[in-house]
Amino acid sequence: MTEVTLLLWILFKILLIIIPLIVFVAYLTTIERKVIAYMHGRVGPNRVGYNGCLQPIADAIKLLFKEIISPKRSHHFFFLLAPVMAIAPALAAWAVIPFDQGLVLADINAGLLYVMAMSSLGAYGFLLSGWSSNSIYAIMGSMRCAAQVISYEIAMGFALVSVLLLSGSMNLSTIVLAQSGSVLNWYIWPLFPALIVYWISAVAETNRLPFDMAEGESEIVAGYQVEYSGITFALFFLAEYANMTLVSALATTAFLGGWLSPFQGIVFLETWTSWVPGLFWFVIKTCLFLFLFLWFRSTFPRYRYDQLMSLGWKVLIPVALAWVLIISLYLQLGGWL
Amino acid sequence: MKIIRSIINLLLFDFLKGLAVTGRNFIKPAVTLQYPEQGTIPKSPRNRGALALREYPDTGEERCIACRLCEVTCPALAITIESQMRSDGTRRTTRFDIDTFLCIHCGLCQEACPVDSIVLTDLQNYTIKGRGDNIMDKEMLLNIGRAYESKIAQNRQDNEPYV
Repeated sequence: MTEVTLLLWILFKILLIIIPLIVFVAYLTTIERKVIAYMHGRVGPNRVGYNGCLQPIADAIKLLFKEIISPKRSHHFFFLLAPVMAIAPALAAWAVIPFDQGLVLADINAGLLYVMAMSSLGAYGFLLSGWSSNSIYAIMGSMRCAAQVISYEIAMGFALVSVLLLSGSMNLSTIVLAQSGSVLNWYIWPLFPALIVYWISAVAETNRLPFDMAEGESEIVAGYQVEYSGITFALFFLAEYANMTLVSALATTAFLGGWLSPFQGIVFLETWTSWVPGLFWFVIKTCLFLFLFLWFRSTFPRYRYDQLMSLGWKVLIPVALAWVLIISLYLQLGGWL
Repeated sequence: MKIIRSIINLLLFDFLKGLAVTGRNFIKPAVTLQYPEQGTIPKSPRNRGALALREYPDTGEERCIACRLCEVTCPALAITIESQMRSDGTRRTTRFDIDTFLCIHCGLCQEACPVDSIVLTDLQNYTIKGRGDNIMDKEMLLNIGRAYESKIAQNRQDNEPYV
């Protein structure tokens, strides 16, 4: 009986994470349209609800009622499985993200490894979708996506290795607590180059502009999602935005001190803002990173494919490796300096 | 030089410049006018909208002398004119029909008219709600002219230096 209650309790906690996340991700699509519109000097969607605040609901209803068209010579089972395989890891990775002190579903010791593993698993969904569609554009897009994710994962991993070196733990909660004290203790200051490398790799890893080679509307129409329609397309869309939110949350945890208040260690402000929950700071910092995604999208043109690969292998990986070296030297020789 | 260039590239200087441009535009208010709600769309005095027939404002006499130049020049053959001598000896139209389905709002009739009778107003969104209503007869055109006379005169005056 107690096991059943425990299971139900865990299920409840999962729902408590997933449902706000899905709603947030749905609204992120509209916020993206709004932000990009403002940067273009337009107003963006403003017809559904007050100033377009119900737009994601209208979009979701529209996509739900559309027919799921499966191409005649596609592999129907994998064709329908692929979007599920894309979105499941993007949601599963949230299990180890600490939202607040102790507010984490699974406080496991290999949390960082788990997030990395889950974010790479998402590539299988994209790869499978391209293969099962039996379309040239789709297979091109998914191959590009897989190559890109695999090469940028290395730079991303090395950027996070320097975080591991400083905090001495893979548990995300421990990483956050290692940054407590004041804003100056956050890892953004000693690890700024690593943060830049991490962020560029994260943009490439989630296939967002300027690295959206996998979609590449001008060359390969829409890449791996070209044959998808209705809710299967919506799942890919959700997976992309959930991945964006995930890498932003991971950046917050690893570099910006997670749920910690930015006013820690400042005499009066700390006591005045002590009533603000850590979740609030976590969401604010994550939104900051998400805004960067949208800002990049409206600013930069798409990279060429060979430029993307040479940037990843020739610039980001050496920079990340060099910073790992510098940090480990500092940690070894720090006592002598 | 190449080393300096690659250091600048490594510091992402050009990227920051690009981000600054979009960041500035993000703060600026949008220039979009919501058309049906905000009816303040600026119009040129040359705006070519619905057709109208004018009258002399002092006497109330119609300007048209039935010379049929507009009918001849109309590339879409939208104008049909029939004329007769009036009791005072002047030649006037008895029928002046414009098929709005045929009219392409080119403004050639306005240019051809020797007495500035037929003009294009800046009335843009007029609708036809029934079968047969697309034929605008003389009385309708004169009514439009009467209603918008001040606006037409103002627009023609504004456009005068550029004719």
